[in-house]
Amino acid sequence: MPESYPREHIEDLVDDNLEWNQLHDMMSDYKDADRFQKVRDVLQERVDWDDPIIIPYAEHLYVVAKPDDRWVIKCDCGHEFCEHDENWKADALINVRDSEEEYLEIYPEDMHPHPDYMELREFFCPGCNTLLEVTNVMPGYPLIHEFEPDIETFYNEWIEEPIPTA
Amino acid sequence: MTTEPTDTDQTMSSQHQQEESYPRMRREKEQVREQQKEGEGIGWDGQTLREQFEALEKRTEETGHYAGFDRLELKEERPIEYEQMFAQLRGDLVTARETSKEVAATPIVEQEGELCYGLFTPEGDSIAVSTGIIVHIHTMSEAIKYMINHDYEESPGIEPGDVFVNNDTHVGDVHACDIMTLIPIFHDGELVAWAGGVNHVIDTGAIGPGSMNVSQASRFGDGAQYTARKIGEDLTLYNSWKNDYPDKTRTPDFLKLDERTRMTGCLMIRDAVKDIIDEYGVEQFKQLSREAIEDGRRGFRNRIEKTMLPGTYRGASFVDALYEGQDNLTRAYADENHLMHAPSELHVREDGSFQVSFEGANKWGWHPYNCTPAAIQGGIWVMLTQTVIPNSNVNDGAYYSCDFHLPVGSWANTQNTETAHAYAWHFLVSAWAPLWQHLSRGYYARGFWEEINAGNANTSNWLQGGGIDQFDKLHAVNSFESACEGVGARYVEDGEPHAAAIWNPEGDMGDAEVWEMTEPLPFLGRAVKPNTGGAGRRSGGAGFESMRTVKDVSRWLLYEMGNGYMTSDGGLFGGYPAASGYILNAHDTDLKERFENQDDYPQHDLDPESGEFESKIDGEITREPKGISTPKEFDDYDMYLNYLRGGSGLGDPLERDPEDVLEDIHDGYVLPRHAEAAYAVVVEKVDDEAQHNSAVHGEFEVDEEATAELRGERRAERAKKAQPVSEWYEEERDRIRNEEALIDDVKKTYESSMRMSAQFAAFYREFWELPEEFSFTLSEKAEKSLTNRFDTGLKQKWKNPTKSHETWLGVGRDDEPQVPYTWTSDRSIRDLETPDATFSEPPRETATDDD
Repeated sequence: MPESYPREHIEDLVDDNLEWNQLHDMMSDYKDADRFQKVRDVLQERVDWDDPIIIPYAEHLYVVAKPDDRWVIKCDCGHEFCEHDENWKADALINVRDSEEEYLEIYPEDMHPHPDYMELREFFCPGCNTLLEVTNVMPGYPLIHEFEPDIETFYNEWIEEPIPTA
Repeated sequence: MTTEPTDTDQTMSSQHQQEESYPRMRREKEQVREQQKEGEGIGWDGQTLREQFEALEKRTEETGHYAGFDRLELKEERPIEYEQMFAQLRGDLVTARETSKEVAATPIVEQEGELCYGLFTPEGDSIAVSTGIIVHIHTMSEAIKYMINHDYEESPGIEPGDVFVNNDTHVGDVHACDIMTLIPIFHDGELVAWAGGVNHVIDTGAIGPGSMNVSQASRFGDGAQYTARKIGEDLTLYNSWKNDYPDKTRTPDFLKLDERTRMTGCLMIRDAVKDIIDEYGVEQFKQLSREAIEDGRRGFRNRIEKTMLPGTYRGASFVDALYEGQDNLTRAYADENHLMHAPSELHVREDGSFQVSFEGANKWGWHPYNCTPAAIQGGIWVMLTQTVIPNSNVNDGAYYSCDFHLPVGSWANTQNTETAHAYAWHFLVSAWAPLWQHLSRGYYARGFWEEINAGNANTSNWLQGGGIDQFDKLHAVNSFESACEGVGARYVEDGEPHAAAIWNPEGDMGDAEVWEMTEPLPFLGRAVKPNTGGAGRRSGGAGFESMRTVKDVSRWLLYEMGNGYMTSDGGLFGGYPAASGYILNAHDTDLKERFENQDDYPQHDLDPESGEFESKIDGEITREPKGISTPKEFDDYDMYLNYLRGGSGLGDPLERDPEDVLEDIHDGYVLPRHAEAAYAVVVEKVDDEAQHNSAVHGEFEVDEEATAELRGERRAERAKKAQPVSEWYEEERDRIRNEEALIDDVKKTYESSMRMSAQFAAFYREFWELPEEFSFTLSEKAEKSLTNRFDTGLKQKWKNPTKSHETWLGVGRDDEPQVPYTWTSDRSIRDLETPDATFSEPPRETATDDD
């Protein structure tokens, strides 16, 4: 049971270089106490910009510290979306897959939702055009703001570390 | 070791009803009766059970610790002994399951392991559970609490040797086909624990054959329901019970063996508890039972604080239940389409506790997919035990770390005993799909990427039916091949193909030969089904399909159950949802002649567009993109496709390694044409001979150069085709204001949610900048349906709940739920001072420069 994994091991996790048996061991073992800091530090090295990462927010997305005490959601391509407690999707590009023809690009006939009942909303980063999220909702559904992290509680009470600043 | 016989045959056999068969139990019973004459209850220190329960609730609420245990004295002072005792109990529960499941005759139990045992405190909180369908950690708890809250101690009495049964969903169950046996365990005149066992039976005597019929509109078609009933004493079943239930099912012999299975397990657990008490003393057993739950409560919070991020997580899921135009409906008013709307909100609070809310869920319906609180709570445990608490310390401690808000009158908590629940899982498991994503977002932020899973939701089809079988007997079938579906993609690997179902953590499709012994439905083929898993950088696990025919039956019925017009498995981080379902049947076929002539016949329907199925069979073929059908007649040589779904994908498909896509083709997970369309991977066929485990004959290679070029073009196309969300928002807002291009079924669902929830209505109107009085215009039929259901009101099962259960009932439509609703832009849990605070209290004043 590792209290902490060697940094190289976490780098391999981030870089997708671990074998299945290593991953399986990580699932089965107790959780290492410094995982957050190690992953954050590795990710910081991997991005091409200098804003300190406060948390990894979603694949390709981070909450980063800006000089004027702002925390913003930023893509690894450098595109900045919005404040950390706002919905980044409002600043994204969207394609709505809501026709038989568009569904058939992904699914065989009869194996996709009916366009009148469900649409797929594809959200892309305006900076790199990466597909960041696909939501399957009834037509007419509001945008879902999936994650509002409580960063202050996390840093101040759970890991008892200062929040990174620019 | 106890000297009492525990053989099941002895238990239920009349020749063993003599007093000397159970001397210890007899002495216990005499002691209890003596105490009762002196006015003492069966609780500890002479309390009645209800007094003891209320005292426990009070201590728990006042201290924030289970039963007021702010110290784990036994664990701290004698940790080895504590672990030994718990491990011994847990081991005995698992042994009880593994042993007793051999008693059963249904493949459902014997092959799939649809069986679970629990050990409970006198108040009904689970101390430890076996492996298996641990959804019932909490359903059996509720059944015990129901008996306590409804004064069973007075009538019919709770005494040593008593046997109780329950399958009433409103008392504590997911659906009526999960039948539970509960026996009280006494020591020295006190109730010290309950042993409980539950299994999924093959037929409940519903209006249609099978355990989860789908054609009924109300409880009265769900099948026989036994409300926390005493069915025996002195460990002997009443003659009246033995003459009652077998005729309420089409499969009496199977149910009799199921009952013996549960009794066997419960008696093994009873013996195990007595052994523990003999070894360690009753006081230490009581101490352990309290501490294990408090330990479970703390363990849950610790795990959350260690692996998640505090904050708010949201999602929504949907599933279709289309009944318009279906045959054999039991009521004309049930001839309508229903859509489930499950807004899911999770707050991970500063103390590591969970707050879960379904505020905004729409009204229950005239379909058998409604849920009770016990079902919803059971559903969350079966998921959490596969991710947050993947260890042996699973008990109701986790329940005490969670607050649930399930709106009264919604599909999630009907509080109306008229509603049908036979396949509650259709809504329940879909509604919990976002929970996987909530957890995964937390794991991602925290760096525990090996735990991330895109989600596991609706796992049907359910092949069910019945009639006169190959042995000329009345029979029913329920194929649990569905316990083996494709699961959601992980962050670090693809989802497991044809592997598991979230409601049954063991996952097994069962041997075809065994199914054929109990089902007159020979297999024509079984294969991986392409494109069922969602596309993504990591793809969702593929489902599979079985092509079945029918042989040697009369008046035989079959039906389908699953999603069709909607998919409830959402993708994560750019991954796509899993595929949805469809129905394929063939009647009046020439299959017999094909067998006789040794001609080709369809073994699969791997690509519904290929026309291959139709080319190999003549007959009346039904192919429709729906998931649900009501019982339909089938005759010999008719055909039925059992299509088991896949899991959802994770990550942008353009980031999937092209070599992995090639493997997907060769393994039969992806059809070649979708390599290009979904993944922008260009493949070329280099050989017509199949060399792999492929659904599509032939050998393919990746054209790396063309792939790189296509991927570049695809990214550019995205920018061209997509629009800024701000533009889309304006178009969409106008569409909603003008009610354009929204069908009646969808508008009815929104209206239902808005009428159920003032909070959701405010959120919906705020988001789309709609007038305060905005509502959707519905058809006369839809309006009538909603009015009818809203006017039906409540018809509650729990007449005399203790305080902890009143929380389910006390929230009116316009009241603020105890679990904060924060979908509107002006609300955040960070505005609340403590984890217990709600928005019904005055909000904290925002500090100003003048302060």
